Amino acid sequence: MDAFWIILTGSLVAISCGTLGCYLVLRKMAMVGDAISHAVLPGIVLAFLFSGSRDPFTMLLGAGAVGLLSTFLIETIHRRGQLQEDASIGVVFTFLFAVGVILISMYAGQVDLDQDCVLYGEIAYVPLDLLYTKSGASLGPRTVWILGGVLLAVIALVSFAYKELAATTFDSQFAAAIGISTTLWHYALMGAVSLTTVASFESVGAVLVVAFLVIPPATAFLLTDKLPVMLGLSAVVGILSAAGGYALAVAIDGSIAGAMAVVGGAEFALALLFSPRYGIPARIKRKTHEELPSVS
Amino acid sequence: MIIHVENPALEIHNLTVSYHRKPVLWDIDLTVPQGTLAGIIGPNGAGKSTLIKSVMGLLPADSGYAQMFGEPLDRVRRRVSYVPQRESVDWDFPASALDVALMGRYARLGLFRRPRAADREMAMDCLKKVGMDGFAARQISQLSGGQQQRVFLARALAQDADLYLMDEPFAGIDAATEAAVIQLLTEMKQAGKTVIVVHHDLQSAADYFDWIVLLNMRLVASGPTDQIFTQELLERAYGGRLNVLSQVGELLQKQQFPARERKG
Ligand SMILES: Nc1ncnc2c1ncn2[C@@H]1O[C@H](COP(=O)(O)OP(=O)(O)OP(=O)(O)O)[C@@H](O)[C@H]1O
Ligand SMILES: [Mg+2]
Repeated sequence: MDAFWIILTGSLVAISCGTLGCYLVLRKMAMVGDAISHAVLPGIVLAFLFSGSRDPFTMLLGAGAVGLLSTFLIETIHRRGQLQEDASIGVVFTFLFAVGVILISMYAGQVDLDQDCVLYGEIAYVPLDLLYTKSGASLGPRTVWILGGVLLAVIALVSFAYKELAATTFDSQFAAAIGISTTLWHYALMGAVSLTTVASFESVGAVLVVAFLVIPPATAFLLTDKLPVMLGLSAVVGILSAAGGYALAVAIDGSIAGAMAVVGGAEFALALLFSPRYGIPARIKRKTHEELPSVS
Repeated sequence: MIIHVENPALEIHNLTVSYHRKPVLWDIDLTVPQGTLAGIIGPNGAGKSTLIKSVMGLLPADSGYAQMFGEPLDRVRRRVSYVPQRESVDWDFPASALDVALMGRYARLGLFRRPRAADREMAMDCLKKVGMDGFAARQISQLSGGQQQRVFLARALAQDADLYLMDEPFAGIDAATEAAVIQLLTEMKQAGKTVIVVHHDLQSAADYFDWIVLLNMRLVASGPTDQIFTQELLERAYGGRLNVLSQVGELLQKQQFPARERKG
């Protein structure tokens, strides 16, 4: 049963992150998830200091707010300061992360938090934190419920706003010209990324979240040239990494999160080698085609 | 020379636009009549792209405003179509030519509404009009530059607008395609639409357009082609650059003869 809950948790994270990650990759903002997962540290600490509890919803709120703040700062520095997007991402997240580290060290006495527990949630402990009904029946791990809710929200966003997200991602000027607010959808997407990142890394750890935001979408991108297929494939790749990673971790008796990320990386490598457009078979085919008419 | 008309498709009033507080367009004031095929012409960096981006509300204006059909853009958005420069998007996006053409229909669909079969048919028709129906399913990065440009045109056609603003639709397309596209734009004009095109080639401008806007950070001239295409005004727009001027001389010679008969 533990295996089931762990693989399910991994899959939920993989699908949510992978779906949003598709849009991030296409917008050339793949590393924004990494940035947000670090930038939210001061939010978590402040939420804890003000509320005095480690209640996950308070934490989510604080982290979500700082996540959006960092999105706003990144955009503002990029637009107003004429700094490249990746550089402004780097500036903002290192700054906010550092603020979080200082807060923790300042209030070390009062704060029952450390970077480790914030940044490296452990997927292996997921089955330990169960929810019960009043009569005492088990409802499964708390995390699964939270992540299930997050996934529903992500799926709702992407299916209701499919054309808005596609249009603003592909051609933001055209989208704006036909009256689709690029700012609104940018923040909607980044809000979803913040929420998903924070909810996920509390349970599975930051490394796995960042891996799932980038690897399944990048793998899917190599395998298809249709956006809906890319979204679906990314989910499949994510689930395979979760299941395969668990099996690998059991086999080698190693870190589950690490193994899931490694299996994802292996899938990406396979896709790179055998992708229909960029892979080896395609290249060989192209080469023989090119050699036929001897131009030179 | 600036000629104004009643009931214009596009009116720009005292428009000044800056990047980082440095104005690149000064006090532009012009009108373009309905049912014309108009060219915006000027040297590199003249502010042609800036002008239509500002008209489309993509760049804030320091002062002044633009109106279409006597209304602010927000009230007539569905009647206006904008075709950005081809280089402004990443063509590796996972979409087919048909997917992109279909985006033209998004303008007519409300928030959260999905395109229907009728929208797909219309998008397909528009691909056919630009000769791209054979490539409908092709991924857009696997199209040539000229084919990508035509897909953008198909997307604009799918909007079924009354006013089209196109930024260099002829950049990087071959002569045959250019002729086909000009014919298409002429047909649209004959159907009562207004098409405003940013154009680079002086040689063909006099032939293609019946209204010309000469721009070089300031408005040099705006009016019917035969009144605007004079040595003096072109010199002013191009700042007396030699090679351009000799071209202009040739052109004006050509102009002594009746304009080439247009196909259609
Ligand atoms: N994003 C920007 N930031 C700062 N300056 C800009 C920006 N875009 C354009 N400019 C400047 O504004 C001026 C007008 O540029 P614009 O792109 O409108 O010219 P254009 O007439 O379209 O030129 P081209 O024929 O090369 O397309 C140029 O001097 C350019 O350097
Ligand atoms: Mg331009």
